[in-house]
Amino acid sequence: MRRSTRRGVRRWLPGLILVSPSLLALGVFVYYFIGWNGYYSLTNWKGLAPPDKMVGLDNYKQLLSNDETFRNDVRNLVVFTVVFMVGSLLLGLFMALLMDKGVRGEGVLRAIFLFPMAISFIATGIIWRWLLNSDSGAGTTGINKLFDVVGLGFLHSDWHKSDSSFAIASLALPAGWALSGYVMALFLAGLRGIPEELREAARVDGASELRVYWHVVRPLLLPVLMSAVVILAHISLKTFDLIYAIDPGGPRTETPALYMWLTSFRGGFFARGASIATMLFGAIALVVIPYIWYSMRQERR
Amino acid sequence: MTAQAPTAPQTREPEAPPQRSAKPFRWGRFLRQLILFALACFFLMPVYALLVTALKDPAHVDVVKMWNLPDTFSLESFRTVIPQLLPGLRNSLTVSILASTISSLLGAANGFVLAKWRFPGADLAFPIILFGMFIPYQAIIIPMFKLLSDVPVIHQRALGDTLFGLILVHIIYGLPITTLIFRSYFAGLPDELIEAAEVDGAGMLRTFFYIALPIAPPAFAVAMIWQFTSSWNDFLFGLILTDTEHWPVTVALNNIAGGQTVPFNQAMASAFLASIPTLLVYALLGRFFMRGLMAGALKS
Repeated sequence: MRRSTRRGVRRWLPGLILVSPSLLALGVFVYYFIGWNGYYSLTNWKGLAPPDKMVGLDNYKQLLSNDETFRNDVRNLVVFTVVFMVGSLLLGLFMALLMDKGVRGEGVLRAIFLFPMAISFIATGIIWRWLLNSDSGAGTTGINKLFDVVGLGFLHSDWHKSDSSFAIASLALPAGWALSGYVMALFLAGLRGIPEELREAARVDGASELRVYWHVVRPLLLPVLMSAVVILAHISLKTFDLIYAIDPGGPRTETPALYMWLTSFRGGFFARGASIATMLFGAIALVVIPYIWYSMRQERR
Repeated sequence: MTAQAPTAPQTREPEAPPQRSAKPFRWGRFLRQLILFALACFFLMPVYALLVTALKDPAHVDVVKMWNLPDTFSLESFRTVIPQLLPGLRNSLTVSILASTISSLLGAANGFVLAKWRFPGADLAFPIILFGMFIPYQAIIIPMFKLLSDVPVIHQRALGDTLFGLILVHIIYGLPITTLIFRSYFAGLPDELIEAAEVDGAGMLRTFFYIALPIAPPAFAVAMIWQFTSSWNDFLFGLILTDTEHWPVTVALNNIAGGQTVPFNQAMASAFLASIPTLLVYALLGRFFMRGLMAGALKS
């Protein structure tokens, strides 16, 4: 690292001045606002009247111990996150492995797998809500209808209208549709970053193709896997629009991100909303801060 | 295993692998191709349903027949929804263009300083900026809502009653990613070039304007595309921080196509219309879009 202080303040000050508006803006709108939100979570703010009393951790206690809706939403979020993350990681990795050695039309395939990233979650949700239609009999349509056509009628499902946890799990399908191409691109970039000589060396030593993947490629893909996990986890925790567009409200598919919006901006329970938001933030920070720390350390080496 | 433990791989934009000589097991290749084709069909399935429906004569649209090819062709569905969607499209275009441009300019300055004109504490400043990229907007939306509805700008209109609030949030929350993109880009600028400019008496600003910016168009493409796409696709800010008149297209879309009662063909036509700008950017500038995605995962 260059010691830039050596040549004195006159050298580094202009740089600092140029960056300071952005630092100030982010300081206020990210860090101060998170603190401000945290402050609201400790008040009794409800409805139109401004907060007038500090209630300590009461909002949190209430949410965690007494609020059936919140507990239901957390359960939903856990199911959604697990199914969505495992599904997207497996599908993305699978696609990357299939494409790794070069296939016909790779450019076209990549473009097809990635285009959902360019579309808003709202548009995605609106299309998928019709595809996940659960009407039966003569009204059968969407994916269920496709199942009929190819003779897999027994796969019929109520999707997000199901009575079990399958309702929220089924929303991992549109979410995975939107994001597994991204995971594929990350893995493919990782695979292509592995020097061919390394694999060749293992082959020369008599390793089968499967063993080459397991012993040479797999360890080298771990950093990519970590990136993908962090990206998917933080998206999963904060996702609001996709679920809102498919099924706005309703205990089957509600998650804390939706509850936060509903209770604050529909119900006026701003203090409660702020508490949920603080918890969401905490959960995401838990995943993201180590990741940024690790990335910075990697870079310095 | 004689291969040495290698250092962590540098991920980068995937590029075609070197052509390998003829493979002995062609069946494997065929199978791979087949599975990928099937997956491509899965990814395109919603697009098929959308296009086929939006292009049918509304009188012939029936949800139950959503997979059937149209026997009539009509743009009537688009004609119906365009007037409803137009204000939203206009708002989103204004917000996304302004926010992506300004955010990228600020990001270019930050990126240059953090890569080449470091100040004491720069190593701390960067992760502090970067963290802003990952925060859930839920965690700042209540204070933002309060601020924008309490601060009057002109004639008792609050900030939230103009597009200004929305532009502001997309500039600010775009700063982390644009800074990251430009920082990685300028890191590749040879130090000798900067030093030579210094010897010639150029200060920081001159170096930035005359040496860094002229070579930065590719980074601008990446940063602007990313920020354009994320402001365009944002829903939460648009929903909470604007009034009906200033709804971005996502909120307008959800309002038109969100209800269960809306005709199927209109829902599909409006979803398509609202996605055209970002899809166009993706189709025309996919390479830069891709690099933005990699940067978003902190991979350069």
